[in-house]
Amino acid sequence: MRLGSGLGVAVLGGAICLGGTPTSGAPGNPSVSIALPADTWRYAPGPGVEAVVKDCSACHSASYVLTQPRLTRKQWTAEVAKMRNAYGAPVPESDVATIVDYLVAQHGKE
Amino acid sequence: MKRETTSLTRRGFLVSAGALGLMQVSRAAGAADLASPPSDDCVRPLVKFPQKRALLELSPRPPLLETPFEIFDRGVFTPNDAFFVRWHLAGIPTTVDAQSFRINVHGAVDTPLALSLDDLRTKFEPVEVAAVNQCSGNSRALFSPRIPGGQWYNGAMGNAIWKGARLADVLAKAGLGQGVKQIRFNGLDAPVLPVTPPFVKALDVDVAREPEVLLAYEMNGAPLPLLNGYPVRLVVPGWFATYWVKMLSEIEAIETVDDGFWMKTAYRIPDTPDNSVTPDQTGYKTIPINRLRIRSFITNLISGATLGTGPQTLRGIAFDSGSGIKAVDVSSDGGNTWQAATLGQDYGPYSFRQWQAKFVAQPGTAYVLACRATANSGETQRAVPVWNPGGYLRNSIECYEVRTA
Repeated sequence: MRLGSGLGVAVLGGAICLGGTPTSGAPGNPSVSIALPADTWRYAPGPGVEAVVKDCSACHSASYVLTQPRLTRKQWTAEVAKMRNAYGAPVPESDVATIVDYLVAQHGKE
Repeated sequence: MKRETTSLTRRGFLVSAGALGLMQVSRAAGAADLASPPSDDCVRPLVKFPQKRALLELSPRPPLLETPFEIFDRGVFTPNDAFFVRWHLAGIPTTVDAQSFRINVHGAVDTPLALSLDDLRTKFEPVEVAAVNQCSGNSRALFSPRIPGGQWYNGAMGNAIWKGARLADVLAKAGLGQGVKQIRFNGLDAPVLPVTPPFVKALDVDVAREPEVLLAYEMNGAPLPLLNGYPVRLVVPGWFATYWVKMLSEIEAIETVDDGFWMKTAYRIPDTPDNSVTPDQTGYKTIPINRLRIRSFITNLISGATLGTGPQTLRGIAFDSGSGIKAVDVSSDGGNTWQAATLGQDYGPYSFRQWQAKFVAQPGTAYVLACRATANSGETQRAVPVWNPGGYLRNSIECYEVRTA
């Protein structure tokens, strides 16, 4: 359920929407539904971008990369390792070098 | 910054020796010495999210939204629709059904509870506290060397009046077992992948039972925006926001120390003096991040501003972890000399404390303005910023390079 232009907030529940007798909850406790705006961040084209999009997009926006300062190869390697080991990112071993190379080329400093 | 100072000097602006003194102290430590964005960052767009005004988008998924800093000059409390947003996991419920919502209190308790929102509002004494909620990583973008992670400037903080039930009262109703060491908290958010650790946080039982720790169902007199944790979030005044679990749905009493990822691995700080290390330092112990460190900011100007001449008003805010602000001093010569600011209304020891000061600006002059807060506890701010690999705890004296025409 959505009100307004797609960024709206819908207040659900019989007491609020249908004007009936409140069946449960104080007026301060309405049910709430929101629609999040679209993710407009895009990885820059470059060698390896397909692997980045395929392996990194399940959990976070490209903004997680695009807002970072320029990081060293060592730092990007550690970030990719953290995503795989701590968060279980579905990055196959065979993609790791490709992704690190992409990150260093686009957002790194050697 | 050096280039700017040089060019100002070349153009005939006066930079006092005192100003250079503090700036050089900061630079010697490799510090980002100005409270302004570094130059190599991408621009964060202003984006409007539901129940929010346009905020600085660090990420839409999961949402990370920073409060534009000028908001902090407009009032001591941060409006709900301007309050910063930070989620860790993209699996955020976008619908909350208030009727079926329950907070489950379980674990080592005599009587497990399943509390509805009505229960929380009607069966426990309502309590209000004014308190600062600050992200652990606030100001991470100002660290030098730079640190990966959410690139917040200074706007990952806010001050609100929180209303809710005391966690202590809820725990008393459930009846804690003798051997309880910690209380563990979980919310309705969930990882996208089942293998990703859920965002679970824990507090030592003595902290959890402090009377100001609330299960808050109101923020500044209104329900919380969903993105700030509707319908209930944990409020831990004086502690970093990582413990303020949003959409709080589970409270578990445990007889151990939580060893989940978000306590044991993430949100750790060095157990060293000032919790600071050098970038190449290894082999030190770490502890979970905990209480806020004292900070202060000028809110009515930014670095690089051009001021009028004559009497000028400086306005700002200060806060600490709960002893309350005793004094704020300001400097117009980079920390060489200081004068006392006048403190604004006291909304309690966990709130922002506004302050105001005056200085007389001469024409054609460059100034390095600075502010320094001191707490009733004696804690104060130091000139040299901390550095740690998480980019946490920045609380050094902020400097603002301005000039007059």
